[in-house]
Amino acid sequence: MRIGSPKETYAADEALFRTRTQWAWFGVLLAALAGFPFVANLYWLYLVCLVSINVIAVTGLNVLTGYTGQVSLGQAAFMGVGAYTVAWLENHTGSPFPVNLLAGSVVATGVGLIAGLPSLRVKGLYLAIATIAASFILLFIFKNWESVTNGTRGIGIEPPSAFGVALENPDTFYWLVVPVTVVMLLLASNLFRTRIGRAFIAIRDRDISASVLGIDLPRYKLMSFGISAFYAGMAGGLYAYFFGSINPESFPLLMSIFLLAAVIVGGMGSMLGSILGGIFMTLVPELLRYGIDFLGLFMENASAVLSPVRTVVFGLLIVGFLLFEPLGLAEIWRRIRRFFHLWPFRT
Amino acid sequence: MSTLEVDNVSLSFGGVNALNAVSVTVEAGGITALIGPNGAGKTSLFNAVSGFYRPQAGRVLFEGRDISALRCPQRAALGIGRTFQNIALFRGMTVLDNVKLGAHVRTRTGLFSALWYLGRARREETQIREQIEREVFDFLEIDHIRRHPVAALPYGLQKRVELARALAMRPRLLLLDEPVAGMNREEKEDMARFILDVKEQWGVTILMVEHDMGMVMDISDQVYVLNFGQVIASGRPETVQANPEVIEAYLGTDDMTTLRRRLRGESEAA
Amino acid sequence: MDWLFLFEVSLAGLGRGGLYALTGVAFVLIYKATRVINLAIGEMLMVGAYLFIGFGAGMALPLWLAVILALLGGALLGFVLERTAIRPLLGENPISVFMVTIGLSSVLVGLVEIIWTANPRSLPDLLPRDPIFIGDAFVAPKTFWSFVIAAGVIAVFLLLFRFWRGGVALRATASDQGAAYAMGINVPAVYSLAWALAGLLAAGAGILLGAISGASSSMGVFGLTVLVVVIVGGLDSVLGALLAGVLIGWVESVAGVYLGGEYEQLFTFSILLVVLLVRPWGLFGTREIERL
Repeated sequence: MRIGSPKETYAADEALFRTRTQWAWFGVLLAALAGFPFVANLYWLYLVCLVSINVIAVTGLNVLTGYTGQVSLGQAAFMGVGAYTVAWLENHTGSPFPVNLLAGSVVATGVGLIAGLPSLRVKGLYLAIATIAASFILLFIFKNWESVTNGTRGIGIEPPSAFGVALENPDTFYWLVVPVTVVMLLLASNLFRTRIGRAFIAIRDRDISASVLGIDLPRYKLMSFGISAFYAGMAGGLYAYFFGSINPESFPLLMSIFLLAAVIVGGMGSMLGSILGGIFMTLVPELLRYGIDFLGLFMENASAVLSPVRTVVFGLLIVGFLLFEPLGLAEIWRRIRRFFHLWPFRT
Repeated sequence: MSTLEVDNVSLSFGGVNALNAVSVTVEAGGITALIGPNGAGKTSLFNAVSGFYRPQAGRVLFEGRDISALRCPQRAALGIGRTFQNIALFRGMTVLDNVKLGAHVRTRTGLFSALWYLGRARREETQIREQIEREVFDFLEIDHIRRHPVAALPYGLQKRVELARALAMRPRLLLLDEPVAGMNREEKEDMARFILDVKEQWGVTILMVEHDMGMVMDISDQVYVLNFGQVIASGRPETVQANPEVIEAYLGTDDMTTLRRRLRGESEAA
Repeated sequence: MDWLFLFEVSLAGLGRGGLYALTGVAFVLIYKATRVINLAIGEMLMVGAYLFIGFGAGMALPLWLAVILALLGGALLGFVLERTAIRPLLGENPISVFMVTIGLSSVLVGLVEIIWTANPRSLPDLLPRDPIFIGDAFVAPKTFWSFVIAAGVIAVFLLLFRFWRGGVALRATASDQGAAYAMGINVPAVYSLAWALAGLLAAGAGILLGAISGASSSMGVFGLTVLVVVIVGGLDSVLGALLAGVLIGWVESVAGVYLGGEYEQLFTFSILLVVLLVRPWGLFGTREIERL
């Protein structure tokens, strides 16, 4: 049970972690992340890398959709922009990987800003459709701009190397992707302690009133698009390095729906939600695979239904959470926490 | 010099004239009330001042400067604060964040600094937090609810948070759209006191739309009466109150004595 | 330039446009009555095509019976989706409802793949196969007949919309829900009706589309083009859906033939972006006035 947490300055009350307990938990989490590679096998490390990449993309989408209220179905395509940029730089200039990753994010940001232009004219649902259009146009470019993207055959990318070690397998790649994810999450959390984050939420809740109160809608909507695309670009670049090859099929519309589902399932407008949603949605297909393997004991070609079952489950998760738990896993987490705050005096 | 001058503003929506050559002058440091029956164009006038509607004709001058061409956020940045008729709080934020949002136009933190929460971001956020606590929360007596989500607050408190948000901007002109509508007597008295304090302690010029005649007569220095998009009377509260044209327009009947009594009755009740 | 060829291509485009228009009407019907942007319309269409395969080929029923059952199945699907997933969100943020329809489309795709596998299928022969000539121009018979049927269905539908009691109730609900309710119109029933009718129309479009180019679980992408159609036409305009449907069908055909198949969608979505930037409420849609 926790009782009051007195503070002496308002600055202390504005901190990211406001209680000593929160700091302690954050420390425990970091320690666990640092220790994990020494105890886990490659499969688990592979999963954590994949989760991390997804969490970055989901965080970006959450900034745009969950916090700013602009639905986007283009996040996967922006990841593609980041991935192709990284691949091209890696194969043509040989510049170091941090530069490539940043460049990929910046190019994705630029594309995201252009794709966000319709948001200046249209709201909500029209915008979602505009992002579908942008996504199709980008996929078309991935397929047809042969000289850069190598068309449908795709491109291979050499793994990045740091301090002479090739970050080739999950056990080494872990040390790149996890710290990047932690930093990206902290940056996004910081944003919502400031005027910019508040402006985003105000636009989501009541855009016209926000404008009357001094929020420049076009500016902040585009900024949100840009941030979201930056995160997508970073995730895409890491994806390219992690899997070592990309092609236009790597970033389909279905992946954008997957990322949107992660935002909804995790919790719109919550950083914790981005993390929980990213973890949950990455693990669901894995769990399904075990389930199907198990079914395979009893029925023939059970593995053939894996992909459609996954599609159905993604859809059901979106519908189910929107209907029954619109605030997502983050809200369930909060409920559990509240229970323990008062425990054992109230049940 | 007058703080706000609405000069011959006309506004129409698809053939319906919401405002017809309306001129209103708001003197600095006073409370100007805008009254009139529903649909008379009061909120339309507010929206024309805020910049949400673009009048077809006429000008809006703020502290002598023509702001007709400015967009909403630019007008807010000049110091025009506002509350809304149908409480427009941001439901996904706490009281504190709502009020901090009011200070948006006074801060400059850029994206980069915000992401790292260093330098200007840290300085400005701490600074506006302290200012809000000191100037606004203590004054409006809402410091105990700062961490509450606004959606869960009772109506009267929501209205107060809206006023707090407008004050956090440190406005020079405050537009209040029906500040006491739907409140009980005690809440109305509190709100009237706050409004008078804002005028006297903060030196803010106030333009308010209000249906509660008692409150209008008690606290305003100047009253404008709007009907069918036109100003039909203006002046000191007591002059306007006695104007037969106003009584007729406002209440749509000619039984003058009962109406006078009702007007007086309301003002006694409040 | 070969004018005869262009004419033939244009006719083929009009044929496809007929299907866009038909599905577009289904979309507009739902939007007008319930203000829901239904991204699952393409998947509802796909389910119609597969139901026809199931009844016609799988159970080997007579084709006319299979068509009727597939249409009824489509209507039932619309009804069930509305009651289970859309109705509970009544009055919620339209963005949530929109995302629910995204989820539904995913569910429908998965179910179809589980039942019928992801492999493309061809439908039992339904339309006459004798070649058709208009003047000297050849029109593929399937395209011709599907256009004729789509046009006929739309005409019947428009008449119903105007004169039938249910149609009047639909229009009343569309123009003012509160007033319609106050006048004793059973608004919830109108919602069900709109979804069921839209499901029926979509299933019909699905059977026709499947008859032309076969069925596959990615058929739902057709729904994205329909989305473009209704936005270009104006979300709440039946006339807009009809004209934009034909227009987009034509543009796609011409672009596809002269530039290559992969340019079809590039063109449609570019048109969409231009319309959104220039005239977001569409050619014939109602421009909504924002209020504070």
